[in-house]
Amino acid sequence: MEEILRINGISKRYDDITVLDHVSLSIKSGEVVVIVGPSGCGKSTLLRCVNSLENIQEGEILLNGESVNPGNKKPAALRQKIGMVFQSYELFPHKTVLQNLTLAPLKVKKTGRKEAEEEGLKLLERVGLLSRKDNYPSQLSGGQKQRVAIMRALMMHPEVLLLDEITAALDPEMVREVLEVVLSLAKEGRTMLIVTHELQFARAVADRMVFIDGGRIVEEGTPEEFFEHPRTERLRKFLHSFSYGE
Amino acid sequence: MGFEVLWKGNNMLRLLEGLWAALRISLISVAVSLVLGLALGILVSLKLRAVQVLSRIWLEIVRIMPQMVLLFLVYFGASRVLGLNISAETSALIVFSFWGTAEMSDLVRGSLAAIPKIQYESSYSLGFDPLQTYLYVIIPQIVRRMIPLSINLITRMIKTTSLVMMIGIVEVLKVGQQIIEANRKSSPNAAFGVYLTVFVLYFLACWPISRLSKYLEKKWEN
Repeated sequence: MEEILRINGISKRYDDITVLDHVSLSIKSGEVVVIVGPSGCGKSTLLRCVNSLENIQEGEILLNGESVNPGNKKPAALRQKIGMVFQSYELFPHKTVLQNLTLAPLKVKKTGRKEAEEEGLKLLERVGLLSRKDNYPSQLSGGQKQRVAIMRALMMHPEVLLLDEITAALDPEMVREVLEVVLSLAKEGRTMLIVTHELQFARAVADRMVFIDGGRIVEEGTPEEFFEHPRTERLRKFLHSFSYGE
Repeated sequence: MGFEVLWKGNNMLRLLEGLWAALRISLISVAVSLVLGLALGILVSLKLRAVQVLSRIWLEIVRIMPQMVLLFLVYFGASRVLGLNISAETSALIVFSFWGTAEMSDLVRGSLAAIPKIQYESSYSLGFDPLQTYLYVIIPQIVRRMIPLSINLITRMIKTTSLVMMIGIVEVLKVGQQIIEANRKSSPNAAFGVYLTVFVLYFLACWPISRLSKYLEKKWEN
């Protein structure tokens, strides 16, 4: 498989706090990489850097060999190729579900209305929300909102999809409906970089696991190695903090 | 009751013309204030120190100074000192726009502050550039938030146009006074009938606007 995204020794500092410390990661086309780590470890910041929502002090990020570093002349053009879904959904509250999906294709890509709406309806049907197409986000449950947000990102046909703790704000009974959508995306070969606290889900969806702690990549490997035979003490402790009664 | 003077000559028509003079000033100023206020509010939200300080001073001036003092300052003061020959209506437009822009920009600033940063980021991540983000995502949202507050400002501006008669503009209240004066002998009760009519005219001017606001609020509930 061919490399699509390359993170090359990036560092991110706020004043004298180092959030990311020389992080490097390479992602192949169709690969699903799941990043886990304690809160505040820098994993969300890493995703935000990839989408140039944060500036970095060192290193570079390449999408198909093209730099996505902030300060790049056209971040908007590059962001079209990188979809991102946030913990808080961030649907547009003044637009209906279908309009949320079609707004960016219509205005940014200048897709025809008919074509955009047809694709939007198809995606809504896929996640079982066709009947909700004319509802406003405020009328949806959290799980429904997040499914819409994922489909909205897909409407731009991104080459890489970044999912930033997309189930963290959901009630437990809604987590599954969202994760099932992500699993189906993984099956159709989408390239994804996922930050999550759902370890079972991570194991099911990941081609490769990455553990970040203190702004550095501490360990990475296949889900099997990662969960069954963690090499570092820090990862063992982290995994242990998720299990009960052992 | 004093209503009979309304049907003498073209008095009713004159009152309506006076109302139009008042509405014209307020509507033009409101239109100017909406556009400039939106621009200024966005500019202030960009957190440039100089812009913030200037707009703060501007807003304080508008809030502290009675509108009448501003009218006198522009109409009598500026024409003397600066040697400008500004008509009364232009002076009124300047003062009302100056006032409306400051207040409107503060409403815009407040509404913008209520929209979380991550809403912008989600728009960027879909490939919108900053201008498109404002145009399609942020401004439609703040317009919806601002409707009730700006309607309040607009009706206040319409009502305050009754001050412009102090710089010689013949608006509805002034016409009313003229009619009362002219009929003092024949209809001593004219004051009641005429002022009540003026009251109803103001009500008819402002009421549809407040209905429209209710309608839009309901329509944009989401």
